[in-house]
Amino acid sequence: MNRRELVAGAAAAAASGRAAHAAVAPRVVIVGAGYGGASVARTLRRIAPQVRITLVERQAPFISCPRSNGVIGGLAEMAEITFGDAGLRKAGISVMRGEAVEIDSAKRQVRLTGGRRLDYDRLVLSPGVDFIWNGVEGYDEAATTAMPHAWKAGPQTLLLRDKLRAMPDGGLVVIAAPADPYRCPPGPYERACLIAGYLKREKPRAKILILDAKDSFSKQPLFQEAWTALYPGMVEWVPASRAGRVRSVKAGEGVVSTDFDDHRPAVANIIPPQRAGAIATNAGLAEATGFCRVDPVTFESKVAPGVHLVGDAIIPGDMPKSGFSANTQGKACAYALAAIFRGETPAEPVLLNTCYSLAAADYGFTVAGVYKPLDGALRLVKGSGGISPVGADAGTHALEAQYGRSWFDTLTAELYG
Amino acid sequence: MGLRSPVAAGLAGLVAMTAAASGAGMAESCATCHGLDARPRGAIPRLAGRDAAELAQALRDFRDGRRPGTVMGRIAKGYSDAEIDAVAAAIARPGKDR
Repeated sequence: MNRRELVAGAAAAAASGRAAHAAVAPRVVIVGAGYGGASVARTLRRIAPQVRITLVERQAPFISCPRSNGVIGGLAEMAEITFGDAGLRKAGISVMRGEAVEIDSAKRQVRLTGGRRLDYDRLVLSPGVDFIWNGVEGYDEAATTAMPHAWKAGPQTLLLRDKLRAMPDGGLVVIAAPADPYRCPPGPYERACLIAGYLKREKPRAKILILDAKDSFSKQPLFQEAWTALYPGMVEWVPASRAGRVRSVKAGEGVVSTDFDDHRPAVANIIPPQRAGAIATNAGLAEATGFCRVDPVTFESKVAPGVHLVGDAIIPGDMPKSGFSANTQGKACAYALAAIFRGETPAEPVLLNTCYSLAAADYGFTVAGVYKPLDGALRLVKGSGGISPVGADAGTHALEAQYGRSWFDTLTAELYG
Repeated sequence: MGLRSPVAAGLAGLVAMTAAASGAGMAESCATCHGLDARPRGAIPRLAGRDAAELAQALRDFRDGRRPGTVMGRIAKGYSDAEIDAVAAAIARPGKDR
Protein backbone atom coordinates (compact mmCIF):
# COMPACT_ATOMS: atom_id res chain seq x y z
CA MET A 1 0.00 0.00 0.00
CA ASN A 2 1.47 3.35 -0.96
CA ARG A 3 1.10 6.64 0.86
CA ARG A 4 -1.70 7.90 -1.40
CA GLU A 5 -3.73 4.77 -0.73
CA LEU A 6 -3.11 5.03 3.01
CA VAL A 7 -4.32 8.62 3.06
CA ALA A 8 -7.33 7.79 0.93
CA GLY A 9 -8.15 4.81 3.11
CA ALA A 10 -7.91 6.85 6.29
CA ALA A 11 -10.10 9.58 4.80
CA ALA A 12 -12.68 7.02 3.77
CA ALA A 13 -12.58 5.48 7.21
CA ALA A 14 -13.11 8.85 8.88
CA ALA A 15 -15.95 9.64 6.50
CA SER A 16 -17.70 6.37 7.23
CA GLY A 17 -17.13 6.62 10.96
CA ARG A 18 -14.97 3.52 11.08
CA ALA A 19 -11.77 3.39 13.09
CA ALA A 20 -8.75 4.48 11.06
CA HIS A 21 -6.80 1.31 11.86
CA ALA A 22 -9.55 -0.72 10.27
CA ALA A 23 -8.94 1.05 6.97
CA VAL A 24 -5.20 0.57 7.20
CA ALA A 25 -5.63 -3.16 7.60
CA PRO A 26 -9.25 -3.90 6.76
CA ARG A 27 -10.67 -7.21 7.93
CA VAL A 28 -12.61 -9.31 5.48
CA VAL A 29 -14.32 -12.47 6.62
CA ILE A 30 -15.33 -14.84 3.82
CA VAL A 31 -17.75 -17.69 4.44
CA GLY A 32 -17.33 -20.65 2.09
CA ALA A 33 -14.19 -21.88 0.32
CA GLY A 34 -15.86 -23.03 -2.89
CA TYR A 35 -15.43 -21.39 -6.27
CA GLY A 36 -16.94 -18.09 -5.08
CA GLY A 37 -15.32 -17.70 -1.68
CA ALA A 38 -11.90 -18.94 -2.73
CA SER A 39 -11.98 -16.52 -5.67
CA VAL A 40 -12.71 -13.57 -3.39
CA ALA A 41 -9.91 -14.60 -1.04
CA ARG A 42 -7.29 -15.22 -3.73
CA THR A 43 -8.10 -12.06 -5.66
CA LEU A 44 -8.10 -9.84 -2.58
CA ARG A 45 -4.76 -11.32 -1.53
CA ARG A 46 -3.38 -10.47 -4.97
CA ILE A 47 -4.75 -6.95 -5.49
CA ALA A 48 -5.08 -5.71 -1.88
CA PRO A 49 -2.43 -7.54 0.12
CA GLN A 50 -2.92 -5.34 3.18
CA VAL A 51 -6.37 -6.82 3.79
CA ARG A 52 -6.58 -9.38 6.61
CA ILE A 53 -8.57 -12.28 5.22
CA THR A 54 -10.27 -14.97 7.27
CA LEU A 55 -11.91 -17.74 5.27
CA VAL A 56 -14.45 -19.82 7.19
CA GLU A 57 -15.17 -23.26 5.77
CA ARG A 58 -17.06 -26.09 7.44
CA GLN A 59 -15.98 -28.86 5.09
CA ALA A 60 -12.43 -29.94 4.46
CA PRO A 61 -11.28 -30.78 1.90
CA PHE A 62 -13.29 -28.93 -0.72
CA ILE A 63 -14.85 -31.17 -3.37
CA SER A 64 -15.75 -29.64 -6.72
CA CYS A 65 -19.20 -30.03 -8.23
CA PRO A 66 -17.83 -29.22 -11.70
CA ARG A 67 -16.42 -32.52 -13.03
CA SER A 68 -18.24 -34.55 -10.34
CA ASN A 69 -20.52 -35.93 -13.06
CA GLY A 70 -17.32 -37.37 -14.53
CA VAL A 71 -16.77 -39.31 -11.31
CA ILE A 72 -20.34 -40.64 -11.44
CA GLY A 73 -19.84 -41.71 -15.05
CA GLY A 74 -16.46 -43.33 -14.40
CA LEU A 75 -14.39 -40.74 -16.30
CA ALA A 76 -12.68 -39.25 -13.22
CA GLU A 77 -11.68 -40.21 -9.71
CA MET A 78 -12.66 -38.37 -6.52
CA ALA A 79 -9.05 -37.37 -5.94
CA GLU A 80 -9.17 -35.29 -9.13
CA ILE A 81 -12.01 -33.12 -7.80
CA THR A 82 -10.80 -32.92 -4.19
CA PHE A 83 -8.78 -29.93 -3.02
CA GLY A 84 -7.23 -29.19 0.37
CA ASP A 85 -6.74 -25.75 1.88
CA ALA A 86 -2.92 -25.79 2.04
CA GLY A 87 -2.64 -23.54 -1.01
CA LEU A 88 -5.01 -20.98 0.49
CA ARG A 89 -3.09 -20.98 3.78
CA LYS A 90 0.23 -20.71 1.99
CA ALA A 91 -1.10 -17.63 0.21
CA GLY A 92 -1.53 -15.91 3.57
CA ILE A 93 -5.24 -16.50 3.96
CA SER A 94 -6.31 -17.49 7.45
CA VAL A 95 -8.52 -20.55 6.99
CA MET A 96 -10.82 -21.32 9.90
CA ARG A 97 -12.72 -24.56 10.24
CA GLY A 98 -16.28 -23.91 11.30
CA GLU A 99 -19.75 -22.92 10.30
CA ALA A 100 -21.06 -19.36 10.33
CA VAL A 101 -24.46 -19.35 11.98
CA GLU A 102 -25.38 -15.74 12.77
CA ILE A 103 -24.60 -12.27 11.51
CA ASP A 104 -24.79 -9.07 13.58
CA SER A 105 -24.51 -6.51 10.82
CA ALA A 106 -24.77 -3.59 13.27
CA LYS A 107 -21.75 -4.80 15.24
CA ARG A 108 -20.14 -6.20 12.11
CA GLN A 109 -19.67 -9.58 13.70
CA VAL A 110 -20.28 -13.08 12.47
CA ARG A 111 -20.80 -15.89 14.96
CA LEU A 112 -19.58 -19.42 14.35
CA THR A 113 -20.87 -22.66 15.85
CA GLY A 114 -19.33 -22.96 19.29
CA GLY A 115 -19.87 -19.25 19.97
CA ARG A 116 -16.73 -17.74 18.51
CA ARG A 117 -17.30 -14.29 17.00
CA LEU A 118 -15.28 -12.77 14.18
CA ASP A 119 -15.12 -9.01 13.65
CA TYR A 120 -15.20 -7.79 10.07
CA ASP A 121 -15.17 -4.60 8.09
CA ARG A 122 -16.74 -6.45 5.19
CA LEU A 123 -18.32 -9.89 5.23
CA VAL A 124 -18.55 -11.98 2.06
CA LEU A 125 -20.88 -14.96 1.97
CA SER A 126 -20.44 -17.66 -0.64
CA PRO A 127 -22.53 -20.36 1.03
CA GLY A 128 -23.77 -22.13 -2.08
CA VAL A 129 -27.16 -23.78 -1.95
CA ASP A 130 -29.16 -25.75 0.56
CA PHE A 131 -31.83 -28.25 -0.36
CA ILE A 132 -35.50 -27.70 0.34
CA TRP A 133 -36.32 -30.98 2.04
CA ASN A 134 -39.76 -32.28 1.21
CA GLY A 135 -39.92 -29.84 -1.71
CA VAL A 136 -40.37 -33.19 -3.42
CA GLU A 137 -42.72 -34.85 -0.94
CA GLY A 138 -40.95 -37.55 1.03
CA TYR A 139 -37.48 -36.47 -0.09
CA ASP A 140 -35.74 -35.51 3.13
CA GLU A 141 -32.20 -35.91 4.38
CA ALA A 142 -32.83 -39.53 5.39
CA ALA A 143 -34.02 -40.35 1.86
CA THR A 144 -30.68 -39.34 0.33
CA THR A 145 -29.13 -42.69 1.29
CA ALA A 146 -31.59 -44.69 -0.80
CA MET A 147 -31.95 -41.99 -3.46
CA PRO A 148 -28.83 -39.83 -3.65
CA HIS A 149 -29.00 -36.25 -4.92
CA ALA A 150 -25.25 -36.06 -5.59
CA TRP A 151 -25.80 -32.31 -6.04
CA LYS A 152 -23.20 -31.46 -3.42
CA ALA A 153 -20.07 -33.33 -4.40
CA GLY A 154 -18.63 -35.75 -1.87
CA PRO A 155 -19.95 -38.98 -0.37
CA GLN A 156 -23.17 -38.51 -2.34
CA THR A 157 -21.17 -38.56 -5.59
CA LEU A 158 -19.65 -41.92 -4.72
CA LEU A 159 -22.96 -43.27 -3.48
CA LEU A 160 -24.64 -42.57 -6.82
CA ARG A 161 -21.67 -43.96 -8.76
CA ASP A 162 -21.69 -47.13 -6.68
CA LYS A 163 -25.44 -47.65 -7.05
CA LEU A 164 -24.97 -47.44 -10.82
CA ARG A 165 -22.15 -49.97 -10.63
CA ALA A 166 -24.32 -52.32 -8.55
CA MET A 167 -27.46 -52.14 -10.69
CA PRO A 168 -28.26 -54.95 -13.13
CA ASP A 169 -28.12 -54.60 -16.90
CA GLY A 170 -31.55 -53.72 -18.18
CA GLY A 171 -32.31 -51.57 -15.12
CA LEU A 172 -33.90 -48.15 -15.14
CA VAL A 173 -32.16 -44.99 -13.90
CA VAL A 174 -34.40 -42.04 -13.01
CA ILE A 175 -32.98 -38.54 -12.77
CA ALA A 176 -35.40 -36.01 -11.26
CA ALA A 177 -34.45 -32.51 -12.45
CA PRO A 178 -35.72 -29.47 -10.52
CA ALA A 179 -37.43 -26.30 -11.68
CA ASP A 180 -35.33 -23.14 -12.13
CA PRO A 181 -33.42 -21.63 -10.46
CA TYR A 182 -30.93 -24.20 -9.23
CA ARG A 183 -27.19 -24.87 -9.15
CA CYS A 184 -25.66 -25.77 -12.53
CA PRO A 185 -28.56 -25.61 -15.02
CA PRO A 186 -26.99 -28.04 -17.56
CA GLY A 187 -25.84 -30.42 -14.81
CA PRO A 188 -28.71 -32.93 -14.80
CA TYR A 189 -28.43 -33.41 -18.57
CA GLU A 190 -24.66 -33.73 -18.58
CA ARG A 191 -25.13 -36.30 -15.83
CA ALA A 192 -27.60 -38.22 -18.03
CA CYS A 193 -24.97 -38.26 -20.79
CA LEU A 194 -22.13 -39.48 -18.62
CA ILE A 195 -24.28 -42.11 -16.91
CA ALA A 196 -25.41 -43.20 -20.39
CA GLY A 197 -21.76 -43.48 -21.39
CA TYR A 198 -21.09 -45.77 -18.44
CA LEU A 199 -24.20 -47.85 -19.15
CA LYS A 200 -23.36 -48.13 -22.84
CA ARG A 201 -20.00 -49.61 -21.89
CA GLU A 202 -21.14 -51.82 -19.03
CA LYS A 203 -24.92 -52.31 -19.12
CA PRO A 204 -26.11 -51.61 -22.64
CA ARG A 205 -29.73 -52.68 -22.07
CA ALA A 206 -30.26 -50.12 -19.28
CA LYS A 207 -32.33 -46.96 -19.75
CA ILE A 208 -32.33 -43.44 -18.32
CA LEU A 209 -35.50 -41.49 -17.70
CA ILE A 210 -35.16 -37.79 -16.95
CA LEU A 211 -38.26 -36.58 -15.12
CA ASP A 212 -38.25 -32.82 -15.35
CA ALA A 213 -40.06 -30.10 -13.40
CA LYS A 214 -39.67 -27.73 -16.38
CA ASP A 215 -40.34 -27.67 -20.11
CA SER A 216 -36.96 -26.56 -21.41
CA PHE A 217 -33.39 -26.62 -20.20
CA SER A 218 -29.90 -25.26 -20.72
CA LYS A 219 -28.14 -26.31 -23.96
CA GLN A 220 -31.22 -28.39 -24.78
CA PRO A 221 -30.65 -28.87 -28.54
CA LEU A 222 -27.03 -29.85 -27.91
CA PHE A 223 -27.91 -32.42 -25.29
CA GLN A 224 -30.73 -33.84 -27.39
CA GLU A 225 -28.40 -34.04 -30.39
CA ALA A 226 -25.84 -35.89 -28.26
CA TRP A 227 -28.41 -38.34 -26.87
CA THR A 228 -29.47 -39.26 -30.41
CA ALA A 229 -25.93 -39.44 -31.75
CA LEU A 230 -24.19 -41.18 -28.87
CA TYR A 231 -26.87 -43.01 -26.88
CA PRO A 232 -29.75 -43.80 -29.25
CA GLY A 233 -32.79 -45.17 -27.46
CA MET A 234 -31.17 -44.94 -24.07
CA VAL A 235 -32.16 -41.51 -22.72
CA GLU A 236 -35.75 -40.30 -22.49
CA TRP A 237 -36.66 -36.81 -21.28
CA VAL A 238 -40.13 -36.12 -19.90
CA PRO A 239 -40.94 -32.40 -19.55
CA ALA A 240 -43.31 -30.93 -16.96
CA SER A 241 -46.01 -30.48 -19.60
CA ARG A 242 -46.09 -34.28 -20.02
CA ALA A 243 -46.30 -34.80 -16.26
CA GLY A 244 -42.55 -35.07 -15.84
CA ARG A 245 -42.43 -33.30 -12.50
CA VAL A 246 -41.66 -35.66 -9.64
CA ARG A 247 -44.26 -34.98 -6.96
CA SER A 248 -43.21 -37.45 -4.31
CA VAL A 249 -40.90 -40.31 -3.46
CA LYS A 250 -41.10 -43.23 -1.10
CA ALA A 251 -37.43 -43.81 -0.52
CA GLY A 252 -37.89 -46.97 1.53
CA GLU A 253 -39.93 -48.63 -1.20
CA GLY A 254 -37.91 -47.18 -4.08
CA VAL A 255 -40.91 -45.42 -5.62
CA VAL A 256 -40.67 -42.16 -7.59
CA SER A 257 -44.06 -40.65 -8.46
CA THR A 258 -45.28 -38.09 -10.96
CA ASP A 259 -48.92 -37.10 -11.39
CA PHE A 260 -49.50 -40.08 -13.68
CA ASP A 261 -46.89 -42.72 -12.98
CA ASP A 262 -45.20 -44.56 -10.15
CA HIS A 263 -41.72 -45.61 -11.21
CA ARG A 264 -39.59 -48.19 -9.43
CA PRO A 265 -36.14 -47.52 -10.86
CA ALA A 266 -33.04 -49.53 -10.08
CA VAL A 267 -31.34 -46.21 -9.30
CA ALA A 268 -33.09 -42.96 -8.42
CA ASN A 269 -31.20 -39.67 -8.48
CA ILE A 270 -33.38 -36.94 -7.01
CA ILE A 271 -32.09 -33.40 -7.50
CA PRO A 272 -34.22 -31.44 -5.05
CA PRO A 273 -35.30 -27.80 -5.24
CA GLN A 274 -32.79 -25.39 -3.73
CA ARG A 275 -32.34 -22.08 -1.99
CA ALA A 276 -29.44 -19.99 -0.74
CA GLY A 277 -27.20 -21.64 1.86
CA ALA A 278 -28.44 -21.61 5.46
CA ILE A 279 -26.41 -18.65 6.73
CA ALA A 280 -27.90 -16.39 4.05
CA THR A 281 -31.42 -17.65 4.64
CA ASN A 282 -31.17 -17.49 8.43
CA ALA A 283 -29.77 -13.96 8.31
CA GLY A 284 -32.83 -12.84 6.34
CA LEU A 285 -30.84 -12.04 3.21
CA ALA A 286 -32.93 -14.15 0.83
CA GLU A 287 -36.05 -13.00 -0.96
CA ALA A 288 -39.15 -15.01 -1.83
CA THR A 289 -37.26 -16.91 -4.55
CA GLY A 290 -35.05 -18.35 -1.81
CA PHE A 291 -32.00 -16.54 -3.17
CA CYS A 292 -30.36 -13.20 -2.42
CA ARG A 293 -30.43 -9.99 -4.38
CA VAL A 294 -27.19 -8.02 -4.56
CA ASP A 295 -25.81 -4.84 -6.04
CA PRO A 296 -24.37 -5.79 -9.46
CA VAL A 297 -21.19 -3.73 -8.97
CA THR A 298 -20.22 -4.45 -5.35
CA PHE A 299 -22.22 -7.65 -4.71
CA GLU A 300 -23.37 -6.05 -1.46
CA SER A 301 -26.65 -7.39 -0.13
CA LYS A 302 -29.69 -5.25 -0.89
CA VAL A 303 -30.82 -5.69 2.72
CA ALA A 304 -27.67 -5.94 4.88
CA PRO A 305 -25.02 -3.21 4.49
CA GLY A 306 -21.46 -4.49 4.71
CA VAL A 307 -22.50 -8.02 3.76
CA HIS A 308 -21.61 -9.16 0.23
CA LEU A 309 -22.69 -12.37 -1.51
CA VAL A 310 -21.39 -14.25 -4.54
CA GLY A 311 -22.02 -17.56 -6.27
CA ASP A 312 -24.97 -19.91 -6.25
CA ALA A 313 -26.71 -18.15 -3.32
CA ILE A 314 -27.51 -15.02 -5.34
CA ILE A 315 -29.97 -14.04 -8.04
CA PRO A 316 -27.58 -11.88 -10.02
CA GLY A 317 -29.81 -11.17 -13.00
CA ASP A 318 -29.05 -13.24 -16.10
CA MET A 319 -25.95 -15.10 -14.91
CA PRO A 320 -26.44 -18.83 -14.37
CA LYS A 321 -25.36 -20.57 -11.18
CA SER A 322 -22.01 -22.04 -12.23
CA GLY A 323 -18.50 -22.38 -10.87
CA PHE A 324 -17.33 -20.01 -13.61
CA SER A 325 -19.95 -17.40 -12.61
CA ALA A 326 -18.99 -17.75 -8.95
CA ASN A 327 -15.35 -17.20 -9.88
CA THR A 328 -15.89 -14.06 -11.95
CA GLN A 329 -18.37 -12.70 -9.40
CA GLY A 330 -15.84 -13.38 -6.64
CA LYS A 331 -13.15 -11.53 -8.55
CA ALA A 332 -15.46 -8.58 -9.22
CA CYS A 333 -16.48 -8.49 -5.55
CA ALA A 334 -12.81 -8.43 -4.55
CA TYR A 335 -12.11 -5.54 -6.95
CA ALA A 336 -15.05 -3.63 -5.48
CA LEU A 337 -13.86 -4.25 -1.92
CA ALA A 338 -10.33 -3.14 -2.83
CA ALA A 339 -11.74 0.08 -4.28
CA ILE A 340 -13.92 0.67 -1.22
CA PHE A 341 -10.90 0.21 1.05
CA ARG A 342 -9.01 2.75 -1.06
CA GLY A 343 -11.89 5.18 -0.65
CA GLU A 344 -12.72 5.00 -4.35
CA THR A 345 -15.93 4.28 -6.22
CA PRO A 346 -15.85 0.70 -7.54
CA ALA A 347 -15.66 0.39 -11.31
CA GLU A 348 -18.51 -1.29 -13.16
CA PRO A 349 -17.50 -4.87 -13.93
CA VAL A 350 -17.87 -6.82 -17.14
CA LEU A 351 -18.42 -10.43 -16.17
CA LEU A 352 -18.14 -13.65 -18.10
CA ASN A 353 -19.59 -17.08 -17.81
CA THR A 354 -18.63 -20.11 -19.85
CA CYS A 355 -20.18 -23.44 -18.84
CA TYR A 356 -18.53 -26.47 -20.35
CA SER A 357 -20.54 -29.68 -20.50
CA LEU A 358 -19.48 -33.15 -21.55
CA ALA A 359 -21.68 -35.56 -23.48
CA ALA A 360 -18.78 -38.04 -23.53
CA ALA A 361 -15.08 -37.90 -22.69
CA ASP A 362 -14.25 -36.42 -26.10
CA TYR A 363 -17.54 -34.65 -26.80
CA GLY A 364 -17.99 -31.21 -25.21
CA PHE A 365 -19.95 -28.02 -25.77
CA THR A 366 -20.51 -24.69 -24.06
CA VAL A 367 -22.90 -21.94 -23.19
CA ALA A 368 -21.35 -18.53 -22.69
CA GLY A 369 -22.39 -14.98 -21.88
CA VAL A 370 -21.00 -11.52 -21.17
CA TYR A 371 -22.79 -9.61 -18.41
CA LYS A 372 -22.88 -5.98 -17.32
CA PRO A 373 -24.76 -4.07 -14.63
CA LEU A 374 -28.04 -2.64 -15.93
CA ASP A 375 -30.94 -1.38 -13.84
CA GLY A 376 -29.68 -3.04 -10.68
CA ALA A 377 -28.86 -6.48 -12.08
CA LEU A 378 -26.25 -8.19 -14.23
CA ARG A 379 -27.71 -8.45 -17.71
CA LEU A 380 -26.52 -10.36 -20.75
CA VAL A 381 -24.84 -7.99 -23.21
CA LYS A 382 -27.05 -8.01 -26.27
CA GLY A 383 -25.63 -10.10 -29.09
CA SER A 384 -23.13 -11.88 -26.87
CA GLY A 385 -23.10 -15.45 -25.70
CA GLY A 386 -25.26 -18.42 -26.52
CA ILE A 387 -24.60 -22.09 -27.04
CA SER A 388 -22.19 -23.98 -29.28
CA PRO A 389 -23.57 -24.57 -32.77
CA VAL A 390 -25.76 -27.61 -33.28
CA GLY A 391 -24.33 -29.97 -35.89
CA ALA A 392 -20.70 -29.27 -35.07
CA ASP A 393 -18.12 -31.78 -36.24
CA ALA A 394 -16.31 -34.29 -34.04
CA GLY A 395 -13.16 -32.17 -33.99
CA THR A 396 -15.04 -29.21 -32.50
CA HIS A 397 -16.65 -31.39 -29.85
CA ALA A 398 -13.26 -32.86 -28.98
CA LEU A 399 -11.72 -29.40 -28.72
CA GLU A 400 -14.49 -28.12 -26.43
CA ALA A 401 -14.03 -31.21 -24.23
CA GLN A 402 -10.30 -30.48 -24.01
CA TYR A 403 -10.93 -26.83 -23.25
CA GLY A 404 -13.33 -27.75 -20.46
CA ARG A 405 -10.67 -29.90 -18.86
CA SER A 406 -8.10 -27.14 -19.35
CA TRP A 407 -10.43 -24.61 -17.69
CA PHE A 408 -10.95 -26.89 -14.70
CA ASP A 409 -7.24 -27.57 -14.24
CA THR A 410 -6.25 -23.92 -14.68
CA LEU A 411 -8.86 -22.51 -12.34
CA THR A 412 -8.59 -25.08 -9.57
CA ALA A 413 -4.79 -24.74 -9.59
CA GLU A 414 -5.14 -20.98 -9.15
CA LEU A 415 -7.73 -21.28 -6.39
CA TYR A 416 -6.38 -24.24 -4.43
CA GLY A 417 -2.84 -24.86 -5.67
CA MET B 1 2.30 -4.85 -3.91
CA GLY B 2 3.69 -8.37 -4.00
CA LEU B 3 2.19 -9.05 -7.39
CA ARG B 4 3.97 -11.64 -9.42
CA SER B 5 1.68 -12.53 -12.28
CA PRO B 6 2.03 -10.40 -15.42
CA VAL B 7 -1.72 -10.07 -15.91
CA ALA B 8 -2.26 -9.03 -12.31
CA ALA B 9 0.62 -6.55 -12.36
CA GLY B 10 -0.68 -4.91 -15.51
CA LEU B 11 -4.17 -4.81 -14.07
CA ALA B 12 -3.29 -3.21 -10.79
CA GLY B 13 -1.72 -0.32 -12.70
CA LEU B 14 -4.87 0.26 -14.68
CA VAL B 15 -7.07 0.14 -11.62
CA ALA B 16 -5.00 2.75 -9.88
CA MET B 17 -5.34 5.12 -12.85
CA THR B 18 -9.09 5.23 -13.17
CA ALA B 19 -12.10 3.56 -11.63
CA ALA B 20 -13.92 3.76 -14.96
CA ALA B 21 -11.39 1.70 -16.91
CA SER B 22 -12.44 -1.88 -16.54
CA GLY B 23 -9.63 -3.54 -18.49
CA ALA B 24 -8.42 -4.95 -15.21
CA GLY B 25 -11.68 -6.58 -14.26
CA MET B 26 -12.33 -7.78 -17.80
CA ALA B 27 -8.93 -9.48 -17.95
CA GLU B 28 -9.76 -11.29 -14.71
CA SER B 29 -12.64 -12.98 -16.53
CA CYS B 30 -10.29 -13.96 -19.39
CA ALA B 31 -7.96 -15.47 -16.79
CA THR B 32 -10.65 -17.89 -15.65
CA CYS B 33 -9.75 -19.96 -18.72
CA HIS B 34 -6.47 -18.49 -19.94
CA GLY B 35 -4.82 -18.25 -16.51
CA LEU B 36 -3.71 -15.27 -14.43
CA ASP B 37 -0.24 -15.55 -15.94
CA ALA B 38 -1.81 -16.12 -19.38
CA ARG B 39 -0.33 -19.61 -19.34
CA PRO B 40 -3.22 -22.03 -18.92
CA ARG B 41 -2.80 -25.69 -18.09
CA GLY B 42 -3.79 -27.90 -20.99
CA ALA B 43 -5.32 -27.13 -24.35
CA ILE B 44 -6.64 -23.57 -23.95
CA PRO B 45 -4.41 -21.22 -25.97
CA ARG B 46 -1.69 -19.28 -24.18
CA LEU B 47 -1.91 -15.53 -24.38
CA ALA B 48 1.49 -14.93 -22.80
CA GLY B 49 3.97 -13.36 -25.16
CA ARG B 50 1.41 -11.74 -27.47
CA ASP B 51 1.27 -7.97 -27.64
CA ALA B 52 -1.81 -5.81 -27.16
CA ALA B 53 -2.34 -5.11 -30.85
CA GLU B 54 -2.25 -8.79 -31.73
CA LEU B 55 -4.68 -9.66 -28.93
CA ALA B 56 -7.04 -6.82 -29.86
CA GLN B 57 -7.00 -7.85 -33.52
CA ALA B 58 -7.73 -11.46 -32.59
CA LEU B 59 -10.68 -10.37 -30.45
CA ARG B 60 -12.06 -8.19 -33.28
CA ASP B 61 -11.65 -11.04 -35.73
CA PHE B 62 -13.46 -13.43 -33.37
CA ARG B 63 -16.20 -10.85 -32.84
CA ASP B 64 -16.67 -10.19 -36.55
CA GLY B 65 -16.59 -13.84 -37.57
CA ARG B 66 -13.27 -13.62 -39.42
CA ARG B 67 -11.46 -15.99 -37.11
CA PRO B 68 -12.77 -19.49 -36.42
CA GLY B 69 -13.04 -20.67 -32.85
CA THR B 70 -15.23 -22.47 -30.35
CA VAL B 71 -16.48 -20.02 -27.72
CA MET B 72 -14.43 -16.89 -28.41
CA GLY B 73 -16.76 -15.52 -31.08
CA ARG B 74 -19.71 -15.64 -28.68
CA ILE B 75 -17.63 -13.95 -25.99
CA ALA B 76 -16.01 -11.27 -28.14
CA LYS B 77 -19.45 -10.12 -29.32
CA GLY B 78 -20.01 -8.76 -25.81
CA TYR B 79 -17.20 -6.20 -26.00
CA SER B 80 -16.98 -2.77 -27.63
CA ASP B 81 -13.86 -1.63 -29.49
CA ALA B 82 -12.78 0.40 -26.47
CA GLU B 83 -13.28 -2.57 -24.17
CA ILE B 84 -11.33 -4.84 -26.50
CA ASP B 85 -8.41 -2.40 -26.49
CA ALA B 86 -8.52 -2.06 -22.71
CA VAL B 87 -8.63 -5.77 -22.04
CA ALA B 88 -5.93 -6.52 -24.61
CA ALA B 89 -3.67 -3.91 -23.00
CA ALA B 90 -4.29 -5.35 -19.56
CA ILE B 91 -3.39 -8.86 -20.68
CA ALA B 92 -0.37 -7.85 -22.73
CA ARG B 93 1.12 -5.45 -20.19
CA PRO B 94 2.54 -3.19 -22.90
CA GLY B 95 6.25 -2.54 -23.03
CA LYS B 96 7.16 -5.62 -21.02
CA ASP B 97 8.46 -8.90 -22.32
CA ARG B 98 7.36 -12.10 -20.70
